[in-house]
Formats: sequence, C-alpha cells, structure tokens
Amino acid sequence: MAEKLLEVRKLTAGFVTEKGLVRATDQISISVDKGQTVCLVGESGSGKSVTSLAIMRLIDYAGGMILEGNINFHGQDLATKKQEEMRHIRGNQIAMIFQDPMTSLNPVFTIGEQIAESLQLHQNKSGKEAMKIAIELLKLVGIPAPEIRAKQYPHELSGGMCQRVVIAIALACNPELLIADEPTTALDVTVQAQILDLLRKLQAELGMSILLITHDMGVAAEMADRIAVMYAGAIVEEGTVEEIFNHPSHPYTNGLMLSIPGFEGGRGGELYTIRGTIPPIGQLPAGCRFHPRCPQAMEVCRQQEPPNFMVSDDHRTACWLFKDHPAEADDRDEVRRA
Amino acid sequence: MINEAASKLAIEDAASAEVLVEVKNIKKYFPITKGLLNRTVGQVKAVDGVTLSIRKGETFGLVGESGCGKSTFGRVLLRLQSATEGEVLFKGRDIHSLGNQEMRKLREEMQIIFQDPFGSLNPRFLVKDIIGEPLRIHRSMSAREIDAKVVELMELVGLDANRRNRYPHEFSGGQRQRIGIARAIALNPQFIVADEAVSALDVSVQSQVINLLMKLQKELGLTFLFIAHGLNVVRHISDRVGVMYLGKLVEVAETEALFAAPLHPYTAALLSAIPKPTPRRIQDRIVLQGDVPSPANPPSGCRFHTRCPIAEEKCRQQEPLLEEAAPGRRVACHFPLLST
Repeated sequence: MAEKLLEVRKLTAGFVTEKGLVRATDQISISVDKGQTVCLVGESGSGKSVTSLAIMRLIDYAGGMILEGNINFHGQDLATKKQEEMRHIRGNQIAMIFQDPMTSLNPVFTIGEQIAESLQLHQNKSGKEAMKIAIELLKLVGIPAPEIRAKQYPHELSGGMCQRVVIAIALACNPELLIADEPTTALDVTVQAQILDLLRKLQAELGMSILLITHDMGVAAEMADRIAVMYAGAIVEEGTVEEIFNHPSHPYTNGLMLSIPGFEGGRGGELYTIRGTIPPIGQLPAGCRFHPRCPQAMEVCRQQEPPNFMVSDDHRTACWLFKDHPAEADDRDEVRRA
Repeated sequence: MINEAASKLAIEDAASAEVLVEVKNIKKYFPITKGLLNRTVGQVKAVDGVTLSIRKGETFGLVGESGCGKSTFGRVLLRLQSATEGEVLFKGRDIHSLGNQEMRKLREEMQIIFQDPFGSLNPRFLVKDIIGEPLRIHRSMSAREIDAKVVELMELVGLDANRRNRYPHEFSGGQRQRIGIARAIALNPQFIVADEAVSALDVSVQSQVINLLMKLQKELGLTFLFIAHGLNVVRHISDRVGVMYLGKLVEVAETEALFAAPLHPYTAALLSAIPKPTPRRIQDRIVLQGDVPSPANPPSGCRFHTRCPIAEEKCRQQEPLLEEAAPGRRVACHFPLLST
C-alpha cells in the first residue's frame, strides 16, 4: 500500500457574498499518494482552483474560508492550522505553480533574485549561497546559460521560459507536494509538451507528488495516475486514469470525453454536445447537480443528491445509475438513511 | 479501390472548384522604431510572403503557434490592416487597391468572428444593437425590420430572442460567442474569418459552437478561414489545412492527408505535441527544443532550421520554397518526410 501524502476529506470551502454564503466546493474528497500524480479535471467554474487554494489555505486571502472538512498532510490537519504555521508548510513542503507565468513573476526583480528569495526566506540561506542554488535550479529546469538568465528580468524571457522559472521557484525548497494549477494552459502545444516532459522528469528525479489541475483531458491522460472529475463544485467521478478513460461512468465525464473533437479520430460529422451550461455556484439545482443537463436523468436525480457509488474497487462515481453498486464507505450511513 | 478513385475525384473536383479568395505573396511588416525621431531600426516580419487560395464553400484551417502571424494574416486578408506587399483577390478583385467606398461595400461580404467573447462585444450596447449594427450601417431598413431580422438571427444561432433587450454581461461565454456569430452573419456574407473563435470556450460549450458553425456553413454556403491553435478542432472542422511558422506557410494539404502523414518536420512535431486522450501513452513524441525565434530577426535559410531535428547545412543557407509535393499538397522543406 502506497503511503498517503495528502488526504482531503469532505472539504467544503466558500465565500461570503452579498447574496450570502456561496459554497464553491462541496464535500470534496481526494487523496494523493507519495510520488503520484493526481489530476483534477473540470470546466471553468467547477471549483478546481478553489480546491487548490483551500488546500494551500490561500483561500483565506482570497476572501473565502474553509467551512467543513479536513486536509490531512503528513498526519496534520491543514484546515485548522494558523496562517503562521501554514507559512512554514507553504513553500517548504507544498509548493504551487499558477497558470499565467508572466503574472506570477515580479517584473521588477531578476529571476535569480526571485528564486533566491524563497531559499533565503524558507531555508535561511545567505544571499550568495541562495544565488548559487538558484543557478543550479535554472539548470535543472532546462534553461540554457543559467548564469546569464539569472540576471535577467521576466520580460526578457518567453512564456515557456517563464514557466520554467516558476517551476524552479516552486522546487527551490524540495517540496513533497507540487500543486500545479493549469501550468500549461497559456502555452503553445510544442512548449506545453516541453513543460509536461519537464514535470515528469523532475517527478521521477525528486520523487514528489503532483496535484495537477487542468481542463484538458489529453493532458490528464498523459500525466495522471488518478483522475478526479469536478462539476459545479463537487467531484462527480474519481478513479485510476485507466478506469476513467476506459470506463467513464458519470454521464458528465462521458459527455466531456465525447465532446473532444478528434477523440474518435475522423472529422466532419456532428460533435456530441452537453446541452446547456454549467450553473453558477449558489444557483445549484436540487438533487443531482448535473441533472438539468444529463441525458439520462431519472426522477430520483431531480430529488436527491447521489452519494458516491463504487463502480469498482478503484473507481467511484456520484450517480444514481450505479445505485446497485455498493456505496463508498463514507457515504454508507447516508444511503441507509435515505 | 472505389474509395481511392472517389477521393482522387474529390481532389480534382476541389481543384477545379471556384476560388473565392486568392492571396498572392502577401507581406505585412511592422516597423520597429527607436529614439526621439522614431527612426525605423528594423521590421517585425509578421507575415512574410504567403500565397494560397481559398475555395468557395470550404473551410480552410490555419494553424501555428502564437506569434507565427496567423492572426495578422487573417486581418490583412480582410484589409483590417493594410498589406506591406502583395495582393488579396476576393472574387478576382484586389481588395487592397479598392477605394474606401468600394471597400465598405465589399465588407458586407466578408466578416470576422473574434476569439474573446468578452472583449469583442461592446458592454454598453444591448444585444439587439450589437447584432443589428451591421444592418443599420449597410442596409436601409426600418427599426421594425431590423428587429425582425435580429430575432431571426438569434434563433438561427440558438439564442433566446426574448433576451435581445439585455446586455452582453448577462450571457455566458458560449452565448456571447453566438452573439458574435449572429453579428457576423447578419449581412449574409460569403466569407468569414474565424480567428480563434472557439479557443476561449470550455470543451462542452466549444462543441456546441463548432456544431453551430458547421450547420451555418451548410445552410448559408459560407466559406471559412478558421484560424486556431487547437489542432483537434481544426482537424474536425477543416477541409484543408495550412501550417504557418514565423510568418510563412510551411505546409498546405487536405486535412486527412496532413494528419495522416505530415511532410514538414514542423508539422510532424506540432501534431505529435497534441496530448492524446488515451491514458499513459506518450508515444515517440518529437519534443522541439527552444522557442520560436523572433520574427524581427528570423534565422537564415529555412526558418525552422534552428529547431529542426533533421536540419542539414543546406537548410542553414538556402530557403526552401513552398512547392507541390503531391497532388493538392505543398511543402516548404529541403528534406520532406516520406509519406507512407
């Protein structure tokens, strides 16, 4: 049995707005083993990024809060930690990279200074030492002529290069978990291929775990050991990458796969579509959150939210179509009551 | 056998089909200026000599990485920007030599759909004014006639016409893109440039908009130049595909032929970089080294030689021309990959 590094249980996070409390994620459960890559897949507005911000406890700064649930990391619950304690964990043990490399770097500092900063802050290195490690890190992430690049500013680098720098900063303190929020979305495909390659290589070398957030099923297929599909704030299906792609069980996952142009090869023909659009958070329908768009919706779907059913030992889905399967351990009481 | 013969026929058919837009050696340079007097010290060669023809009724896909000049090409094609050199013949007339009056008349027949469904609609206009604006400018129609036409257009693109008195921010991304499409087809154009029209949308919404574009093409007999970086989408929607690199076309082919066996090493790398929705299969990917060079200072010889895995001395010195490699296929490479 692989060692669990991160285990999120029934995490609900939300924001206080004019219209009251809005739940951006609803009882998310997800776990990441040591050395594993888990992909969180979903469309915009599905709550992927809020989940990652909540795990980092950065959500407190974004005007939100954790309402319920645990985030177990190394046997400690991050959900109840003070921000002071979080500051030691962030950067040192969990690092994060964001979508847009250009805006996540500070334009008025050289890239060498920006990498050195985290080393000085988290590991009490001297300025000179930190700069030396920074240059080594630049080499590690495949930046040519690192000594020269370290003295340059972000605007002198291309988007792909900037993302490599962001990765170098994230790796500076040898984190055990890297959270990557759409790390290649802003990049061209050929550069995306380079960055994904780099992440895979670094993972093999450093043995870290990756929680990768993406909307691209292709990226997920390539990178993931496990995939969790999010829809409107909840995980609707979760399993190994093979299970999800070979036996997609939730009608949303299924629709998502069928909507990818060129998935079935060939061209022409009409593409499969999921009718309608994702509901805004705070305006979720009753029952299953997907039922107004679901081609297989039944009466029960309109009335009662589905618990997680086990499609196989390694694969769960929150869909009433699988009500003959055993419910997930956490949900059994709920089902019995129903 | 029958299939082969049929596909051959289809190619010949297409070759003899009427050409709607013909582009001859078009160039667009942007000056780089410096100093107090704004002296020109260099040029960004965004589009550097592109020749191609788009046939009536087809969808021509144009792919390439950001900065390769594909959007500039689309804009020069519609004369939203003037060309530095070259001709764009629309139904035989060079649009870059037309007077303003004539050009304005011609714009009815050529329209554009933009990428960003948030930036391309005026937030202070009602949706009915956005869709009706081209009608107000180009047609002498009464307010009632325009309103009726707006209702018709909104229904055609799958929008609820009862919402025409609302502002764009009240619509989702996919719906806004439909508003942009309704505006583009308002004047019954023949030619539409779709510049990354579905790139900003989520997959499930993207497939809805792709289906809509294909339906409209069939019903209205439209010709599309479909500019995109998403290769899967281009494959689905295009009849023929052109691949651009640093301001030049490097390969043009029928879609299936291109995806089955790319001839240019850049096309091959681009195709192999697409993440496939098949778990854990990263098969012999060609990972290109480095980034696209600057179009202000393109490499000598073949522009791709700095990143090309099979470049030789000849590539550094001599620029390859875009030449016919097979019927209906053109490639600009000294050592094209073998088609098997």
